[in-house]
Amino acid sequence: MKFSLLRPTIAAIGFGLLAGSVNAEDVTGAGATFPAPLYAKWADAYNKATGTHINYQSVGSGAGLKQIRSKTVDFGASDMPLKDDELVKDGLIQFPVVVGGVVPVVNIKGIQPGQIRLTGQILGDIYLGKVAKWNDPALTALNPGVTLPDAAISVVRRADGSGTSFIFTNYLSKVNAEWKSKVGEGTAVNWPSGAGGKGNEGVSSYVQRLPNSIGYVEYAYAKQNKMSYVLLKNAAGNFVAPDDLNFKAAAAGADWSKSFYQVLTDQAGKDAWPLTGATFIMMHKTQDKPAQAASTLKFFEWAYANGDQMASNLEYVPLPDSVKNLVRKQWGEIKDSSGKVVAFK
Amino acid sequence: MAATLPASHYEKNEMQRSDPMGRPPAIRRAVPWADTLFSVLAHGAAIFTLVLLAAIIGSLIVGASPAIREYGLSFLWRSEWDPVKDQYGGLVMIYGTLATSFIALLIAVPVSFGIALFLTELSPGWLRRPLGVAIELLAAVPSIVYGMWGLLVFSPVLSQYVQQPMQLLFGNVPVLKDLVSGAPVGIGILSAGIILAIMIIPFIAAVMRDVFEVTPSMLKESAYGLGATTWEVVFKVVLPYTKTGVIGGMMLGLGRALGETMAVTFVIGNANQLNGPSLFEAANSITSVLANEFAEAGDGLHQASLLYLALVLFFVTFVVLGLSKLLLAQLRRGEGAAA
Repeated sequence: MKFSLLRPTIAAIGFGLLAGSVNAEDVTGAGATFPAPLYAKWADAYNKATGTHINYQSVGSGAGLKQIRSKTVDFGASDMPLKDDELVKDGLIQFPVVVGGVVPVVNIKGIQPGQIRLTGQILGDIYLGKVAKWNDPALTALNPGVTLPDAAISVVRRADGSGTSFIFTNYLSKVNAEWKSKVGEGTAVNWPSGAGGKGNEGVSSYVQRLPNSIGYVEYAYAKQNKMSYVLLKNAAGNFVAPDDLNFKAAAAGADWSKSFYQVLTDQAGKDAWPLTGATFIMMHKTQDKPAQAASTLKFFEWAYANGDQMASNLEYVPLPDSVKNLVRKQWGEIKDSSGKVVAFK
Repeated sequence: MAATLPASHYEKNEMQRSDPMGRPPAIRRAVPWADTLFSVLAHGAAIFTLVLLAAIIGSLIVGASPAIREYGLSFLWRSEWDPVKDQYGGLVMIYGTLATSFIALLIAVPVSFGIALFLTELSPGWLRRPLGVAIELLAAVPSIVYGMWGLLVFSPVLSQYVQQPMQLLFGNVPVLKDLVSGAPVGIGILSAGIILAIMIIPFIAAVMRDVFEVTPSMLKESAYGLGATTWEVVFKVVLPYTKTGVIGGMMLGLGRALGETMAVTFVIGNANQLNGPSLFEAANSITSVLANEFAEAGDGLHQASLLYLALVLFFVTFVVLGLSKLLLAQLRRGEGAAA
């Protein structure tokens, strides 16, 4: 317990050292690595537009949550949304920022992107080690006309805890009963098989290096490295390819009006890509420093209004306007210690 | 000649000899408090290190205490590591750390010995300097470079030319079959051990060369003069004379192998379960699991277990250090008995 007290102290010393050059309006955030390139891009553009600095540390979702709970940062970022009761317990609110997709990729000689079809059930069986060869009857039946090699499947997955793994395992838990009972979902799980790569770049380099391998990476990595993605069968029964429109279809299918705890995997909707997830921001509901909160909200308001193009350029999918409006409504719940709403416009 | 002079001569002259510059100045140039300050600073630096060490151990123990309370020592032989069910055990990582370091030492010590021997005894003079500098430069290569090289260049070669032929060869031999099983990807304990060996060779070789060089040439030349071969000179003269330094160099290398993180993460496969005794099976090491999971580990048992692992690594390093001291003491005693 003492240790958890030590941590904010250390962080506070760190920030104290930085504080010399930081003016009152500047905002600090910490958390997920997945949206970090986008936050950096937005922060840069926002700084040019307004002169306010946004300092974002991509330390990982778990560490980001720790920092926002101990109030060493103005906002935390996580790829795994918090359940509503957890939010209440910590006095936090959360809202989605952008949507992204996770893409299973393969490296089989002669196989082009989009040539292999998989279902969630079989994807789960591959990661469980039950389907161990590419010419397994279950795979050949799904892929008539594709010559699959008589070779062992090299399974590749993340070694580090990650929101990408959360989306992936959450999906497998929804569609593969054995996966759910044996492994479950989380940012880090007890992987039954395979080699672990560190980060998206680790997984993509493993997959590119190992013949007959399968892995999963964020969409941007798959696209930039021109990797052979697979088609997945979604909840509506269609085989869909990973692209922006299908991620958007998944985001639109969710009901955001009751809770922002939405994991966008396996959504209904005929085009919905089943491995879709949003990335979230967490803030305290009651703010000790309302000026900081106002600056933070100002930044996200600006990003919602002006950041969509930048997000698309980096292969993230902006939220539909309906969801943005729900989030804006929720921002009204952020109050200072006397109960006054934090005004930021 | 001096011995023949009477004692009175000495006494008379001693004063003059001991201060050839004349009498010491009446005013002391040094300020008394400067001495005190210097002494306080020096003591402070030494004590600071100890305090820091104690603080690190203390915070590790405090941080690990939930896991220590939960599992006690059974953590050391539990092999389960499941963040979803919140069950943790350190066996796989402890085994991975020890096995890779052992393989690394097994390869690096003989090779380093050869390098040091060549550089000090056999190498032509013009080659000695460039080769020595090259080996020292190897020590300056960042570990992530070794990791990338291991993953992208070395492990395919290991897979294709070592693992797959061995699997074919030993496919039906009972024990050997299990030692080489596993997916033919060239990632696992053996490749991590080999990469570590390459990384620690420059350290061990540099220390060995330095200590070999300080062996007095008189000893070596006497042995050569008595008709000893180079091998005999090295084994019977140089090695006994330098054994402290040689063992120190090995321990330096071992310490580095135990603590290496990035390079190991790339090639060990990061699998938290052990599927058999195979050298080609993906596994994990303590440092690698810390690097991978610490940032995303939530408060509670997961983080506590990671800190427990760090504590175990601390302990392993202490034991290794202690054993090397014990070994040296033993050797010294053996020397006394022989003499």
